Amino acid sequence: MSTLASEIVRDTSAVSAADLARGGRVSGTIGDITTPDPRMVCRGVNVWYGAKQAIKDVGLDIGKNQVVAMIGPSGCGKSTFLRCLNRMNDTIDGCRVQGSIQLDGQEIYDKRVDPVPLRAQVGMVFQKPNPFPKSIYENVAYGPRIHGLTNSKAELDALVETSLQKAGLWNEVKDRLDQPGTGLSGGQQQRLCIARTIAVSPEVILMDEPCSALDPIATAIIEELIDELREQYAIAIVTHSMQQAARVSQRTAYFHLGDLVEVGETNQIFTNPQHRLTEDYITGRFG
Amino acid sequence: MLALLAVMALAYHGGRKRAITSAGGAGRISTLHSLPGYYGFYAALWAGIPALLLLGLWLGIQDHVVTGLVKSALPAQTLAGLSDSELGLLLNDVKNLASGSIVGGTVTPAIQAAADHFAHLQRLANWAMWLLVLAAAVSGMALAWGRTTPTMRARNRVESIVMGAMFLCSSIAILTTLGIILSVVFESLQFFEKIAPGEFFLGTLWSPQTAMRADQVAAAGAFGAVPLFTGTLLISFIAMAVAVPIGLMAAIYLSEYAPRHVRSVAKPLLEVLAGIPTVVYGFFAALTLAPVIRAIGESLGLQVASESALAAGLVMGIMIIPFVSSLSDDVINAVPQAMRDGSYALGATQSETIRRVVIPAALPGIVGGVLLAVSRAIGETMIVVMAAGLSANLTANPLASVTTVTVQIVTLLTGDQEFDSAKTLAAFALGLTLFLVTLVLNVIALHIVRKYREQYE
Repeated sequence: MSTLASEIVRDTSAVSAADLARGGRVSGTIGDITTPDPRMVCRGVNVWYGAKQAIKDVGLDIGKNQVVAMIGPSGCGKSTFLRCLNRMNDTIDGCRVQGSIQLDGQEIYDKRVDPVPLRAQVGMVFQKPNPFPKSIYENVAYGPRIHGLTNSKAELDALVETSLQKAGLWNEVKDRLDQPGTGLSGGQQQRLCIARTIAVSPEVILMDEPCSALDPIATAIIEELIDELREQYAIAIVTHSMQQAARVSQRTAYFHLGDLVEVGETNQIFTNPQHRLTEDYITGRFG
Repeated sequence: MLALLAVMALAYHGGRKRAITSAGGAGRISTLHSLPGYYGFYAALWAGIPALLLLGLWLGIQDHVVTGLVKSALPAQTLAGLSDSELGLLLNDVKNLASGSIVGGTVTPAIQAAADHFAHLQRLANWAMWLLVLAAAVSGMALAWGRTTPTMRARNRVESIVMGAMFLCSSIAILTTLGIILSVVFESLQFFEKIAPGEFFLGTLWSPQTAMRADQVAAAGAFGAVPLFTGTLLISFIAMAVAVPIGLMAAIYLSEYAPRHVRSVAKPLLEVLAGIPTVVYGFFAALTLAPVIRAIGESLGLQVASESALAAGLVMGIMIIPFVSSLSDDVINAVPQAMRDGSYALGATQSETIRRVVIPAALPGIVGGVLLAVSRAIGETMIVVMAAGLSANLTANPLASVTTVTVQIVTLLTGDQEFDSAKTLAAFALGLTLFLVTLVLNVIALHIVRKYREQYE
């Protein structure tokens, strides 16, 4: 492992102007980290937890109407990177983020940017379904309420309905909106969390292993849903399942020990990986 | 006693050895049903428990039997014309004389002889007892050793005995509670024979002073407990009005906002409040706070009693802050981080997250904590004795002097009292009422807390 790691050790200083000039190619990452129509642009991102560096000089674009899958062995920093994209890492003590992350051209780590509205634009779905201990209706209405998105009860009702419909849950719960969200099955809870995220109409949806706590049938439903959601949102998904990455994503990024080793079209990554680490991981030699 | 322990140690050692031998040497321990140590314990328990039971039984009857023997040996003319209580006194003299203590009456030769007889019997009985106990221990040990075979399920037997012991320990607490309830209930029933329950629970005049002797001048006594209940409610209400907001805010700050080092210092400090003796709170209320309240009240032109419900309530509120804050802090911390993350990820601010997600999720636990604090406030005595006064006023004015159920129990039972007058029995009736109220509150609180616990599992 240590010899593998030493192959990709490199200067972790912040991204240079020359790197940006080369079309955003960050030294060390194989493949094209850019995408023609990016929603989020990340360059030279470094993250530390205390003294430990979790992410090293990572650059990646997240494109419109596209699913980017982030794969890699446990502890490789893919979840950390994902949490940087909506500043969820702010809630962790001792976490420091350096580098440039832009949402529609706006630097999100700028001092003037408030993480609160940012998170409404960049929604997040977590590994374990975490509906609030409220009714199904209240779970979805929570976001719109705190952001004052609707003016009347009727509007809110309509928003809740469309959100649940988009999340493919409406038909299952329309008769029991007043029942607790925690009473649903795991897969339904996860779709409820997706509906909750959609309700505040974000631009980007981040998903941190959204299916790892679900059975195969619920997983298939969520994967189908992700594919549909791609038409309206930019999606970044962290997954441990390579099959899932292959099924739902258009681009795949392979992380290894805090480095972004390789990025490319999902097809290409899975059929013709360029880097030995990527190949080893994908073919199941480690990880 | 030491001999008994020695026998038990021997039994353990021997039992263990025999087990190993019966298995056919140290190398074949695996053929035993249990580890050799269990055979040792089995033998030790057989040696110890029957012997101890015998010891207890003997000690229970010895005094009775010996006294009986001494009594029957007393000369008939000494006993003639003595009532039961006089006989008791006489026997007491005999015992005291035998043990060398000071004797109440005059020592006649007959009594001296009886005392010698008593001492002799006592010595004899002691010897017999220890011999018998040791014999029981040794025979128990022998029995256990005899039973030691490789197939004997020593572990299961030892474990079932230990389980029995644990059951006994747990039932002691329950039985004690039961005993307390029964004693209070019986005394209360006696009280309600003298005073109608209707008068007690609905009457508005509390004046329990009754004549102790026929020649004493005193009121007939009035036992309407309503002023006590309202006084208790008033003070508890003031206390909760102080403790709930402050405790809850403190808990929210500590669990959600405070940096780790602040929390690690502030939380134990807050809990120190719970460790201050209530008498000390009482000083504070009576000597510091009450005069201040009075001064402020007078400067505003209000009539303030020097012992006011407000002073007692405020200090009691401060006393129960740690109950509210500590329990609330625990339940707020028990709300999974995933709930907060979910809320933050939707663009909620920290205060929105706390108000709309964390507190509602923790609410059942918080309510449970508050109810426990209420029952603590209702049962609190010392602060109220010192700061709120003794006059049973039926008032809702926090500046007046009121009294509470607990305070009246204290005043009814302190000093020389007859134990069958309505005055003292009233204390038991009050105690029963108090007990029932706090019991109900605790049951509700525990039920709510338990329900909350199941929510995330």
